[in-house]
Amino acid sequence: MKILVAIKPVPNPDEKVKIKGDGSGIVLDNIKMVVNPFCEIAVEEALRIKEKQGGEVVVMMVGPKVGEQQVRTALAMGADRAVLVEAGTDLDSLAVAKVLAKVVESEKPDMVLMGKQAVDDDNNQVGQILAAVLGWPQATFASKVEFLADNRKANVTREVDGGLETIEVTLPAVVTTDLRLNEPRYASLPGIMKAKKKEVKVLELSSLGVDTAPRVKVLGYAPPKQRAGGGRVASVQELVEKLKNEAKVL
Amino acid sequence: MTAKEHHEEIRSAVRDLCSRYPDAYWRRIDEANGYPEEFVKALTDAGWLAALIPDAYGGSGLGITEASVILEEVNRSGGNSGACHAQMYIMGTLLRHGSEEQKKTYLPKIASGELRLQSFGVTEPNTGTDTTRLRTTAVRKGDRYVVNGQKVFISRVQHSDLMTLLVRTTPLDQVKKKSEGMSVLLVDLREAIGRGITVRPIRTMMNHETNELFIDDLEVPAENLIGEEGKGFRYILDGMNAERILIAAECIGDGYWFVDRAAAYAKERVVFGRPIGQNQGVQFPIARVYVNIEAANLMRFRAAEKFDHGKPCGAEANMAKLLAADASWEAGNVAIQTHGGFGFAAEYDIERKFRETRLYQVAPISTNLILSYVAEHVLGLPRSY
Ligand SMILES: Cc1cc2nc3c(=O)[nH]c(=O)nc-3n(C[C@H](O)[C@H](O)[C@H](O)COP(=O)(O)OP(=O)(O)OC[C@H]3O[C@@H](n4cnc5c(N)ncnc54)[C@H](O)[C@@H]3O)c2cc1C
Repeated sequence: MKILVAIKPVPNPDEKVKIKGDGSGIVLDNIKMVVNPFCEIAVEEALRIKEKQGGEVVVMMVGPKVGEQQVRTALAMGADRAVLVEAGTDLDSLAVAKVLAKVVESEKPDMVLMGKQAVDDDNNQVGQILAAVLGWPQATFASKVEFLADNRKANVTREVDGGLETIEVTLPAVVTTDLRLNEPRYASLPGIMKAKKKEVKVLELSSLGVDTAPRVKVLGYAPPKQRAGGGRVASVQELVEKLKNEAKVL
Repeated sequence: MTAKEHHEEIRSAVRDLCSRYPDAYWRRIDEANGYPEEFVKALTDAGWLAALIPDAYGGSGLGITEASVILEEVNRSGGNSGACHAQMYIMGTLLRHGSEEQKKTYLPKIASGELRLQSFGVTEPNTGTDTTRLRTTAVRKGDRYVVNGQKVFISRVQHSDLMTLLVRTTPLDQVKKKSEGMSVLLVDLREAIGRGITVRPIRTMMNHETNELFIDDLEVPAENLIGEEGKGFRYILDGMNAERILIAAECIGDGYWFVDRAAAYAKERVVFGRPIGQNQGVQFPIARVYVNIEAANLMRFRAAEKFDHGKPCGAEANMAKLLAADASWEAGNVAIQTHGGFGFAAEYDIERKFRETRLYQVAPISTNLILSYVAEHVLGLPRSY
């Protein structure tokens, strides 16, 4: 089984991010980037599938060259090689999906695995759009993946509101991963050393002939309102009064 | 990839592993006076403790700089490398002075963790730092050595398969120099405990599995002699710079951990209507110890660089250990003070780390002995002992 895993670098969720003075984006200097946690789960799942039944795990990423560090992390976990399409950080979901589709077309995997969303923008779109662009079946929010019929099909259990749903998809398909699918391994030292020798093919965005003109325009970023300190209320009456007149939620 | 990026890669991978062993894990182990078996296994399985073992013997063949970054991160994450750091460097004696056959037999298994070589028996109750007067003797009888004597503060014996043991093979009155006539034996603890070695655990102020060893007619196969008979003291000295640098790095990890905790608490804790960290009396000690940790860190990288280039680095390694151990101890003290009463509460982990980092003023070499090294070997002052 050949699996292509898409990964995205995101700011370390443990760090506090700042918004640029003009509200046009996030200050990324000096912010440590990591592999999006959902993508890490996708890498882990691909590695487990390979360990079970053999094959190849190829990582793909669309983004700036510095993202190679995160690609190396996936290689250190055990992926075989990687394709990095060099691009800015400003591509919208549709553009990213179209670029990924080009890589998919040339790699011809049996399955694309990717995180259900990236924890920076929380868009939850690229997997779905990619499946549409490719004309492939999709199974999103996977918490379990099983193969059937000599790998021509897969049963994917999805985390849906209020429970689990199991669907059957015909391969090749796009599967996006949810939190409970697995617990990703950490990179080992021999893994890191081996990753240094693995191939990372770097492609220029312009060489793919994809229209990446943005369809979505970000108007601005703003931090959430600082929470004011709380206060104690003396009685239920006072609480109701405050909810009505101050919070205006009743 | 630059060296710095390479270190960053190591740091984040070790941090990732350590994050699965949070404060509560270490607190539980400390309270039970137990051994962090799961953590050590994870660290071993991920190959970190085999960093210094050459590729050819199953390790990663990295330098002391990278090794020191690994242990720094363990301590910086709130853990305690003391449980397993020696697995990284004791094998150095075997690597540098062992026969090819010994290396082939042991190093790959040490690299995989199948064998733990993380005990070394040097210190004795009656001779202390004056190592050349040690009284444990080994007498050659046919194809074996028969060992008799006593050792104290020998760590991790109950969690090791092998131990290097420094013994006197030629009596002190028959050697020209007192540093001659000692030898290093590789002791298989799985066979020796109960058959020549009696282990008596010593309860210490922190959780550090350390022991008194009573050695009675212990038989060690002659083929377990490392290097040449009589040159053991030099072999032990050879390994000391590596140990000093690694311990310095652990102290630096502790130091940053204390500073992180102290600064975070000083920002949050509000007394007299403002964060305590707004008072210079609270912030200056934290700032000062941060300065001292940074300085120690520079010396540590300087020593490590020289070590990795095969240059003499005794002075730098010793100075790095002294600066780092002083800084981490100061940092522990500052962190307790900043936390007020809560610094003494076990659930804040400050008091645990405070106890742990205190050791490095004394072991593996005490601060005074570093100062006398610098006085004698760097400044040319008369030997004081
Ligand atoms: C938790 C723990 C773990 C240890 N693990 C190991 C281990 O695994 N293997 C091992 O071999 N050893 C181990 N040790 C022993 C450690 O290396 C020694 O405790 C240390 O070297 C000091 O030796 P000593 O305790 O005999 O002190 P002593 O030599 O008796 O010294 C006592 C004090 O006097 C000072 N002093 C002595 N001579 C002089 C002098 N000439 N000038 C100035 N000051 C002097 C020392 O600095 C020290 O402060 C461990 C110790 C501890 C506490």
